Amino acid sequence: METLEPILAAHPFLQGLDSRHLKIIAECAAKVNFNAGEFLLREQEEAARFYLINSGQVSVEIFRARGGPITIATLVEGEALGWLWFEKPYHWHFDARAVHLTRVLALDVKALMQRCEQDHELGYALMKRYAHLLAVQFRVTILQLVDFYGK
Amino acid sequence: MLNALADPMLPAPFRVLKVNRETGDTFTLTLAPAAGEPGFRFAPGQFNMLYVFGVGEIPISISGDPDQPETLVHTVRAVGAVSRAICGLKRGETLGVRGPFGVPWPVTKAPGWDVLVIAGGLGLAPVRPAVYHLLARRPQFGNLELIYGARTPEDLVFRQELMHWRGRFDFRVHVTVDTAKGDWRGNVGVVPNLISRARFDSEHTMALICGPGVMMRFTVQELLNRGVKMENIYVSLERNMKCGLGLCGHCQLGPVFVCKDGPVFSYDRVRDWFLLREV
Repeated sequence: METLEPILAAHPFLQGLDSRHLKIIAECAAKVNFNAGEFLLREQEEAARFYLINSGQVSVEIFRARGGPITIATLVEGEALGWLWFEKPYHWHFDARAVHLTRVLALDVKALMQRCEQDHELGYALMKRYAHLLAVQFRVTILQLVDFYGK
Repeated sequence: MLNALADPMLPAPFRVLKVNRETGDTFTLTLAPAAGEPGFRFAPGQFNMLYVFGVGEIPISISGDPDQPETLVHTVRAVGAVSRAICGLKRGETLGVRGPFGVPWPVTKAPGWDVLVIAGGLGLAPVRPAVYHLLARRPQFGNLELIYGARTPEDLVFRQELMHWRGRFDFRVHVTVDTAKGDWRGNVGVVPNLISRARFDSEHTMALICGPGVMMRFTVQELLNRGVKMENIYVSLERNMKCGLGLCGHCQLGPVFVCKDGPVFSYDRVRDWFLLREV
């Protein structure tokens, strides 16, 4: 049976994680493909899975009643999607859709949270990575708000 | 061949051969000497003072190919009285040109290096001559990448050329916009964030950056985080240039005159002034 540990270990988000923790995460992970146009997650849906992108491209969107979707970020291979799965009420705040065929590792959020509660070392290792992810996202959002190219 | 003019304060008349609309307010003008001289030699990154007779004179970077000096190419955004007048020129009309001025991109030092060209908004215009130069001598360089960002897909300049460059197998082109509607299939995000996707050996990488100040500041920070040395990061600065010769002092930035000592500077040379507020 194929193990996901090598694929998890190769993903930048989990780089440096020890094999014991990778094994635990692998128990919560599954390989999933999304065809072009398929949604990985939708606003207001339960945040059930967190995604590590292995290939492809995902657009993160906000839907406007007038004007349709607007893309606010693009994620590609090596990046992670689902920034706030650990925050109540565990709902997504945006849509994310595959631009073209996208291969991901989907992590079961409930199972992962349980493992983190049982193993605080794992929880801390993941939270450090999240803190970095959020810091990067926060900086990007601020730069987008600044409007570099304002006239 | 027109080069450094005999009197650098005297504009030479150039005729408009062609005007291309890049975006809603940005135009590329192709010019040729009105007096019939064979062309205009310049180095990538240099600028000219463009003079619309009876309106005024402004500094504009040269955006054409330095290996094709027969014509002179400038890309201008219509934001003020003079730039609006330049953008309003029609084929056959004349404007004055003084130049070329300034220190160019250090492309002659680039053989053997990986080169990152990073531009935001209309900042692609001043680096385009460097891209032409590098691509014309492609085997001399290591990895060559362009990272370019604009506010929206509609604000991208040189779209056809970007697509052409993207089609090459020896040049990686990353294009991003701050925000986009549903039909955009490219990247959405900010320029500094794309540096993590670029491939380069930080020890042997030269970065050429041109764009809005905030973009350049955060881009430089990302490059430093990735291990690129300060002295190998080059920025093109924009200041209120008037004479182009370092005489009038309008473009002074601390100890340097941007028109004469720049506009291209290695980051280590201008770092203290680059980060200083209200200068």
